Amino acid sequence: MVSAVFHSPSEASDALRADKASAKSASTPMTAASSTAPASTPATKASFDWAGLALKILSPVAGLALLIGIWALLTMKSTTFPTPLQTWDAAVALFSDPFYSNGPNDQGIGWNIWFSLKRVAMGFGLAALVGIPMGFIIGRSQVIGGMLNPIISLLRPVSPLAWLPIGLLVFKSADPAAIWTIFICSIWPMIINTAVGVQRVPEDYLNVAKVLNLSEWKIVTKILFPSVLPYMLTGVRLSVGTAWLVIVAAEMLTGGVGIGFWVWDEWNNLNVSHIIIAIFVIGIVGLLLENALVAIAKRFSFE
Amino acid sequence: MSAFIDISQAEMVFNTKKGQFHALREINLQINKGEFIALIGHSGCGKSTLLNLIAGLLTPTSGGLICDRREIAGPGPERAMVFQNHSLLPWLTCFENVYLAVERVFGGKESKAQLKARTEAALELVNMSHATQKRPGEISGGMKQRVGIARALAMEPKVLLMDEPFGALDALTRAHLQDELLKIVARTQSTVVMVTHDVDEAVLLSDRIVMMTNGPAATIGEVLDVPLARPRNRVELAEDATYMHCRKAVLDFLYTRHGVAHKQAA
Repeated sequence: MVSAVFHSPSEASDALRADKASAKSASTPMTAASSTAPASTPATKASFDWAGLALKILSPVAGLALLIGIWALLTMKSTTFPTPLQTWDAAVALFSDPFYSNGPNDQGIGWNIWFSLKRVAMGFGLAALVGIPMGFIIGRSQVIGGMLNPIISLLRPVSPLAWLPIGLLVFKSADPAAIWTIFICSIWPMIINTAVGVQRVPEDYLNVAKVLNLSEWKIVTKILFPSVLPYMLTGVRLSVGTAWLVIVAAEMLTGGVGIGFWVWDEWNNLNVSHIIIAIFVIGIVGLLLENALVAIAKRFSFE
Repeated sequence: MSAFIDISQAEMVFNTKKGQFHALREINLQINKGEFIALIGHSGCGKSTLLNLIAGLLTPTSGGLICDRREIAGPGPERAMVFQNHSLLPWLTCFENVYLAVERVFGGKESKAQLKARTEAALELVNMSHATQKRPGEISGGMKQRVGIARALAMEPKVLLMDEPFGALDALTRAHLQDELLKIVARTQSTVVMVTHDVDEAVLLSDRIVMMTNGPAATIGEVLDVPLARPRNRVELAEDATYMHCRKAVLDFLYTRHGVAHKQAA
């Protein structure tokens, strides 16, 4: 769970960023993606590494082209499923006016994404506020850890949507129920990763704390927090991924403005090209969220 | 008169998964103020355990440890420790690493400027003034160990405890740091207890060498006085008769008398 810390799906863009980073500082990178960077940096300076660049850019492009090619081929004679070109035209039309609003059930794609992101941010933010301190407590205290670990193991595998009725019952309204679902699903990775991080603080650092007789506050701020941070950020990253995954399903059930609701609405309109656009949009937003957090995690990795 | 550090009848038994492990038995040792003591023995003989007892990181199963007329009940900054793997916090600069210790010990009674001056003086002492703003990841192993020593010295401890401080360094860096340590100790008149497995290091640096028998249930086998005058010079000492004699005595203890049992222990 923790070993996947800094792996990113977008190795190409990552490696490009890492090129710049490793040119700036001589810090040793920990990431899988940027471990290729030191090798390519000298090459960029001496003689431009055309083959490497081509491989980095061309292979993803080729993969994407292949996907679209297969899609085009399969939909050549279909009347119900839109071709890539039709989808592209629909997307251009859709994104030309992303922020219109014709009543609550007909709003622009921009609004839908915005409202989904807002729900994710709220549910996820609450989860971080509760989950990270809880992880610290579980990691520090064996008694509390022993009390809570079975409960966490029991609740963690529960499907996100099973929590939705509880939310509806308690909050009596769709929006808080969706936020509640995000909260409960994204809290586990943060609790668990933070707790693991606290338990794995190197013994040496704690010995330093003991010999120096540091106060509990200094131990937390100077030793525990910095050494737990990479683990914590992994938890945060996993949580954001889950939250974004869950919001679509939750919104399909609760309605209101949001990307998940929009997908379902377009299905009721039988507007398949919009559904495909939504899939791409959801994927891209998820990717951006993940990359933003990988970038933050990198900034806070030491050694 | 009473010794500065007085260890009497200390026993250490660890409760492990495989049952009890008797690490140390009947440890009796008196250390005077300003003395440099080397603890030497084969690996696994409990010399680090003994050091951790003095540090207060471990509590003896029975027996007592006294430092400066007070019982050692837990770790504290008056017994500063230099760890084998330097144990600098990687997210703090060299300055901040030392400052953390200085602030803890003197923070209550001195101004920020004085604390800063202390930190800088400690780094100056180990010739690390040029790298105060660097993180441990950016400096070499020898430099890290120097910062570790600076951190310990900056606390102005009553006792300086060192757990194989130069064990992870290459021979040249080690020799260099040993010389620097000799100079620093001559200046600060510190009481030092150092764990080592290097015979030359023990003879060169210490006033007395405490040789430990092999574990389990290790104890102090012999204590050797090193009657060499200070300041000591490693090149001149290489042909000194007393030096050779001490070296021979330690080697004799370690390999002739207690070398075979080592295999049993391992």
